[in-house]
Amino acid sequence: MNGYTTHEFDVLVIGAGGAGLRAAIEASGTGAKVALICKSLLGKAHTVMAEGGMAAAMGTADDRDSWSTHFADTMRGGMYLNNSRMAELHAKEAADRVNELEAWGAVFDRTPEGRINQRNFGGHKYRRLAHVGDRTGLEMIRTLQDHGIHQGFEVFMEYTVVDLLMDGGRVAGAFAYERNHGTFHLFRAKAVILATGGLGRCYKVTSNSWEGTGDGHALAYHAGAEMRDMEFLQFHPTGMVWPPSVRGILVTEGVRGEGGILQNSEGRRFMFDDIPDAYSHQTSDNEEEGWRYITGDKEARRPPELLTRDHVARCIIREIKEGRGSPHGGVFLNIHWIKENLKDAEAHIKKKLPSMYHQFKELAGVDITKESMEVGPTTHYVMGGIKVDADTQMSTVPGLFAAGECAGGLHGANRLGGNSLSDLVVFGKRAGQYAAEYASGHDMPTVDEGQVQDIAKETLAPFERGDTGENPFQIQHALQDMMQAKAGIVRTHVEMTEGLEELQKLKARAAECGVQSNRDFNPGWNTALDLKPLLACSEMILMSAINRKESRGGHYHDDYPEKCPEHAKWNTIIHKSADGTMTRTEAEIPAVRSDLQEIIEENQR
Amino acid sequence: MSKATFRISRGSGGDLTPEDYEIEIGEGMVVLDAVHQIQSEGASDLAVRWNCKAGKCGSCSAEVNGMPRLMCMTRLEDLDLSQPVTIEPMHAFPHVRDLVTDVSSNYRAKKSIKPFKPRKPDNADGTWNMKQEDVERVQEFRKCIECFLCQDVCHVLRDHHKHEEFIGPRNFVYSAALEMHPLDTEDRVGDLKKDQGIGYCNITKCCTVVCPENIKITDNAIIPLKERVVDEFYDPFTKLFRMFKPKK
Ligand SMILES: Cc1cc2nc3c(=O)[nH]c(=O)nc-3n(C[C@H](O)[C@H](O)[C@H](O)COP(=O)(O)OP(=O)(O)OC[C@H]3O[C@@H](n4cnc5c(N)ncnc54)[C@H](O)[C@@H]3O)c2cc1C
Ligand code: SF4
Ligand code: SF4
Ligand code: FES
Repeated sequence: MNGYTTHEFDVLVIGAGGAGLRAAIEASGTGAKVALICKSLLGKAHTVMAEGGMAAAMGTADDRDSWSTHFADTMRGGMYLNNSRMAELHAKEAADRVNELEAWGAVFDRTPEGRINQRNFGGHKYRRLAHVGDRTGLEMIRTLQDHGIHQGFEVFMEYTVVDLLMDGGRVAGAFAYERNHGTFHLFRAKAVILATGGLGRCYKVTSNSWEGTGDGHALAYHAGAEMRDMEFLQFHPTGMVWPPSVRGILVTEGVRGEGGILQNSEGRRFMFDDIPDAYSHQTSDNEEEGWRYITGDKEARRPPELLTRDHVARCIIREIKEGRGSPHGGVFLNIHWIKENLKDAEAHIKKKLPSMYHQFKELAGVDITKESMEVGPTTHYVMGGIKVDADTQMSTVPGLFAAGECAGGLHGANRLGGNSLSDLVVFGKRAGQYAAEYASGHDMPTVDEGQVQDIAKETLAPFERGDTGENPFQIQHALQDMMQAKAGIVRTHVEMTEGLEELQKLKARAAECGVQSNRDFNPGWNTALDLKPLLACSEMILMSAINRKESRGGHYHDDYPEKCPEHAKWNTIIHKSADGTMTRTEAEIPAVRSDLQEIIEENQR
Repeated sequence: MSKATFRISRGSGGDLTPEDYEIEIGEGMVVLDAVHQIQSEGASDLAVRWNCKAGKCGSCSAEVNGMPRLMCMTRLEDLDLSQPVTIEPMHAFPHVRDLVTDVSSNYRAKKSIKPFKPRKPDNADGTWNMKQEDVERVQEFRKCIECFLCQDVCHVLRDHHKHEEFIGPRNFVYSAALEMHPLDTEDRVGDLKKDQGIGYCNITKCCTVVCPENIKITDNAIIPLKERVVDEFYDPFTKLFRMFKPKK
């Protein structure tokens, strides 16, 4: 028998990034008794790292913008695999959520008229990203945190949920360990919201922190929820490549939004060489027009560096493969060239991109106001996730909700930059509201002590194997190498098949890993437990990707390099079948509502 | 490739012993990379906090060769590697394990500060107008990543352990951000003097020196707050400081 402490809440929110905090604020506001759990200290979730901005059609920087254009841009960017109702709600509600942050104390950069300023970003037709220099995520998380601590919900920081508890088909709570001393906690709850973020840690080169192990994805999957679009990963085109220790760390798209250009070893601006048809009418074909766009000329079309991320990433890979890369296997990102057009370019760069300036100066010894950065693609974001109802954010498991990066649907096959921060608060709010409503209409579910003891036993198993088991860090690295090689930015059938085979071996190794010492703040133990979600997520990615025999958005299949209209008709669904095996189906995409379809078509002209 | 030795404090609950680890080091490595390498090469239970690895989250605070630093932003190239590099946990907080301390007092102190209370919206749609010049001062304070290095170095906490009477430099920066927010209407001056101990600060500026975000904690946050306190009450250090401050 393993001991544990029991807590009871109406609503349990797992994750304290933008989505979880916003959900907890909303649920508390209804009078529900709410707990918020997170793996790190409060305020350290991924959201804090977001740089460029938050997309919302506020029209403060360009009054031609409207929710309908934002909606159409999101659908085009997602290559029409999005849940169109989610894209509609997101476009309609994002501006209110930005204004609400201001009312809670956020201080966004301003327009000359004193309104919230907005910047250019890839795939957005107009200047649409509310921002604070290049530390927008910090502003968002701190605002929500500082407002949130006075809203009455209880925060459990440095607690990690290892499993969800079930009462028949309904979720009944979660089982967690506390990091500092490894004690166990049972959280009973009427409704549970997953807001656990992404899974970039499945890969070797990633912008994600240790937290990005796809826990929510795996928890939902094991609880029987349907998962969608797991083949779609966003490889951000610009991660740092040098020195090796910082490989993968993000270089914000804001650099290109401020006029940064991509060049190969010959100095050529290679993005002009391949402009997809869907975007040719809004993309400039010469440098002069591109610069005019950056300076706010409404007649000018966007420079090709601001095409969608999937496309830019592939162009970079092409340059590298064809031998025109930079010395350390990337390409060049040049912002200092703007001094040709701008008097006080150096001060401007430092003002608009302070943390990029700092990051390159401190970590790579590069002064970006004078030298080009070396950049290459990095695993950044997962479009796929827990399938939810667009309005309520409830998953296919009763009482289990999801919001933010761990939920799927809004972004389809590819997410536009800036659409995540807005996603967090739009759907975080909705999840909080509807989870509280669900809780108020239901009794406390019962918890099965046998189930709890099984989980506790599994959680402690790595200690029993102790020093005789393999070091969990080694297994994690092996998995990351495998996923990087077999399910990366360019995929082939043969490699994905090998990937699935290797995954089975890695699962066997994970089952035999061992850790030393005790339960107090023990990263080895924590890493051993992270292997389970990492493996489940990797399998979902491979299983989904191998079946999509076309290239679309974040999924590029080298055997089928073109988009295929037949494949635009379905989403991949993964779920756990009764015998415990992973099953995949193709679910037909319901027809888009006619008024929304009209908006899409109008914007294609 | 060359080798370097890291002398890391290991142990639980304040009972610490330095242990040496020799590893191969590569180009561009930072102290946090060394710690991770040591973890994956054998010491898998070596406790350390980190998240972003890019100076953005403020998780990886420690004392490197005696200096409070972010481990992810401290390059090995900038250290003397002929000697063992010492890595210790922050000293001002109760110890948990290895490089990890209990920083929860900072969160409690923050909660004691009255929250943001905006004036009525300027526009019918519930929004406000603010000029960029007017928000810049506050934006400086809002850069804070809550690394608590300033709290670690402040003698009022580190040596005098006034954690429950003195909210510390980080939280003065937070108070200043609220007090100087163009929209805020709350008054926090009484609390700063009475319950939050601003009078204990004798403007040594040690906090400013260690701030990785280069926030001018003392000059831009604490002194203006002290001046507000003086305007309402009396504070000996500010009075002294004012006497010597050159008139602008
Ligand atoms: C470097 C970087 C820059 C970015 N820039 C932008 C940008 O400019 N604009 C934009 O829109 N998007 C950006 N993104 C994407 C965006 O920041 C993320 O998608 C978003 O912050 C995710 O928020 P979230 O609330 O879903 O989860 P996160 O912020 O990732 O938070 C997840 C939370 O869940 C907790 N958690 C996870 N698992 C468990 C568990 N098992 N038990 C308990 N708690 C758990 C974690 O501790 C954490 O608190 C960026 C991402 C990165 C990495
Ligand atoms: S200036 Fe004040 S707050 Fe800063 S370290 Fe010195 S005594 Fe502490
Ligand atoms: S003020 Fe500076 S040193 Fe203090 S917590 Fe904030 S960032 Fe860290
Ligand atoms: S890990 Fe985020 S500041 Fe060092």
